[in-house]
Amino acid sequence: MAKQKALLEVKQLRVAVAGNEILKGVDLTIADGEVHAIMGPNGSGKSTLAQVLAGHPAYEVRAGSVKYDGKDLFDMDPEERARDGVFLAFQYPVEIRGITNSYFLRSALNAIRKHRGEPELDPIDFLQVLEQKLKAIGWDDSMMNRPVNEGFSGGEKKRNEILQLAVLEPRLAILDETDSGLDIDALKTVAHAVNQLRGPKRSFLIVTHYQRLLNHITPDVVHVLADGRIVKSGGPELAQELEAKGYDWLRDAAMVS
Amino acid sequence: MTSIEAHVQQPYKYGFVTDIESEVVPPGLNEDVIRLISAKKGEPAWMLEWRLKAYRNWLKMNEPHWPNVKYGPIDYQAISYYAAPKQKPKLESLDQVDPKLIQTFEKLGIPIDEQKRLTGVAVDAVFDSVSVATTFQAELAKFGVIFKPISQAIREHPELVQKYLSTVVPINDNFFAALNSAVFTDGSFVYVPKGVRCPLELSTYFRINASSTGQFERTLIIADEGSYVSYLEGCSAPMRDENQLHAAVVELVALDRATIKYSTIQNWYPGDEEGKGGIYNFVTKRGKCAGVNSKISWTQVETGSAITWKYPGCILQGDNSIGEFYSVAVTSHKQQADTGTKMIHLGRNTRSTIVSKGISAGRGQNTYRGLVKIMKGAEGARNYSQCDSMLIGDKCGAHTFPYIDVRNSTAIMEHEASTSKIGEDQIFYLRQRGLAAEDAVSMIVNGFCKEVFKELPMEFAVEATRLLGISLEGSVG
Repeated sequence: MAKQKALLEVKQLRVAVAGNEILKGVDLTIADGEVHAIMGPNGSGKSTLAQVLAGHPAYEVRAGSVKYDGKDLFDMDPEERARDGVFLAFQYPVEIRGITNSYFLRSALNAIRKHRGEPELDPIDFLQVLEQKLKAIGWDDSMMNRPVNEGFSGGEKKRNEILQLAVLEPRLAILDETDSGLDIDALKTVAHAVNQLRGPKRSFLIVTHYQRLLNHITPDVVHVLADGRIVKSGGPELAQELEAKGYDWLRDAAMVS
Repeated sequence: MTSIEAHVQQPYKYGFVTDIESEVVPPGLNEDVIRLISAKKGEPAWMLEWRLKAYRNWLKMNEPHWPNVKYGPIDYQAISYYAAPKQKPKLESLDQVDPKLIQTFEKLGIPIDEQKRLTGVAVDAVFDSVSVATTFQAELAKFGVIFKPISQAIREHPELVQKYLSTVVPINDNFFAALNSAVFTDGSFVYVPKGVRCPLELSTYFRINASSTGQFERTLIIADEGSYVSYLEGCSAPMRDENQLHAAVVELVALDRATIKYSTIQNWYPGDEEGKGGIYNFVTKRGKCAGVNSKISWTQVETGSAITWKYPGCILQGDNSIGEFYSVAVTSHKQQADTGTKMIHLGRNTRSTIVSKGISAGRGQNTYRGLVKIMKGAEGARNYSQCDSMLIGDKCGAHTFPYIDVRNSTAIMEHEASTSKIGEDQIFYLRQRGLAAEDAVSMIVNGFCKEVFKELPMEFAVEATRLLGISLEGSVG
């Protein structure tokens, strides 16, 4: 495979939340079109990495740098990152009362289109775009006229995140424990959609505790995050090894180093 | 909460003063002032007597202090009770209205001249103590609908005014209602005849301009059997350091099978960040569903005023009558609101619905106070109440006082309440999808208010959404 341009370059990133240092020097490079998985035990800092890349204000960057498409990511507001193609599928998507999914998604898409210098879509044009996207991932539009995540089951909320991903067409999609709380059928549905959305111009960072999602989405690279550092990286086979052996052997290794 | 609060405050956009020569009666209140107001309005003797009776009642009453609001003493002798632009407008022709007045209303988004006036909406424009123009009067007359300043109606339709005035809000109902009855200057009068569906939205816009004055509007709407009318009021005032009193009385009467829909977009000057200045909005609004199968629906969007004290209510007298109250009240900076409704069920199978949305930001204090009373004869009455509060920031307050008084065991009552806080997580979620922070706040707030906004006439729903945007966040395109 020809060497791809790096889309994301994380160097020696140290991040604290509420005064506690969670990430203690993370290095990570993701090239265009690559799918990386970040695995690790609870509390290792996986979600912190996802949130800080998206720009959550509660996370304090103490040291290190992140370059996204050649730009300093920390110079950009969360909405600027989003408009420039950074997408986070939330572990706990929030509810927005009284606002339909379809209105919300059109507003978001239009904010992104405006940023790209493309004309905004009216509701009718948007519906056409939406239909194409739904067709591509094989889903129906049953969630579109319900208020954003309100009254959604856990599985529906996760599906809704992937639907947004499909419509907003990011360059870097970060999936934060999208598999948690999904039964096996829902997991397959979500994985199928993600696979349809893979492409040479879209990179993925998949944060997960369990290996089972990676049975359906084959990553290019698997990293293990333990105690705020990436302690091991490898191919898809690393995920299998973790499933068999657990995390303890790596955590011990991290402590020693 | 800093990133949210940064978007919460926005300067008041209607705070300008119109430079116009006005005739202002010297401050003070006594029987002579009331005689003067009555004379200026060319009122018949019975009206003056009615006012004087109200005044004598008022003298024996005390200002109420039970609302959950705080303010210094009001000096009723320091207020001027009548102010009018000097050039006397001729209502027959807009050509004779001072262009400054026309410009003022145009600047407020209420064009009144023939070419620019809103289609589908008849407007009565009230400036300080007088109505300066009422559009579409002739067109409405073709349907038998009377829509004119109340001072004109007192002269031209005394039989209707006498029959209904103070039948819903008695002159001694409360301190401010008595004061209003003594000194009211203008407001709108509406009569919709039997079986007529009013072809236009009716609207009154109240503007306070003169300083050191109070505005005392009086509105009376009568929907005769089988008729329908939708009415909307709006208001604004200049920015001043002094507090100005606005004490209105609104009475609605719905006869058999009639429906009245009454909407308010209240945007009086709220005072500055430190709570200096602003309007005291002490208002009595009540409707009587006098006839069977009648319906009165109140919708209010309260964003202005330093202090709001109002409880638009319904007396459900006719069997099967329906009362509704939909409210959005916003308090930011140091605004205080104590608002809600009273639903009094007298007739059989009467139904009422209450949906209240309180939004508090800055150091605002927002109180919902509601009374649902089911009287002995109200067999099969039902009420549904929903009170939701939203807090933006951590220095504001939300309070809920629902009073329920049921004297008939067949009544069915439902009450739901919630309090939520706009959190960084909600804002972050929307920003992560590409929306600017102020658009995110706006979207969350609009979603929260949706059940109320959908009750507004279409022409004004957009205005309300926009107004809420203005009072809550940075300017959104």
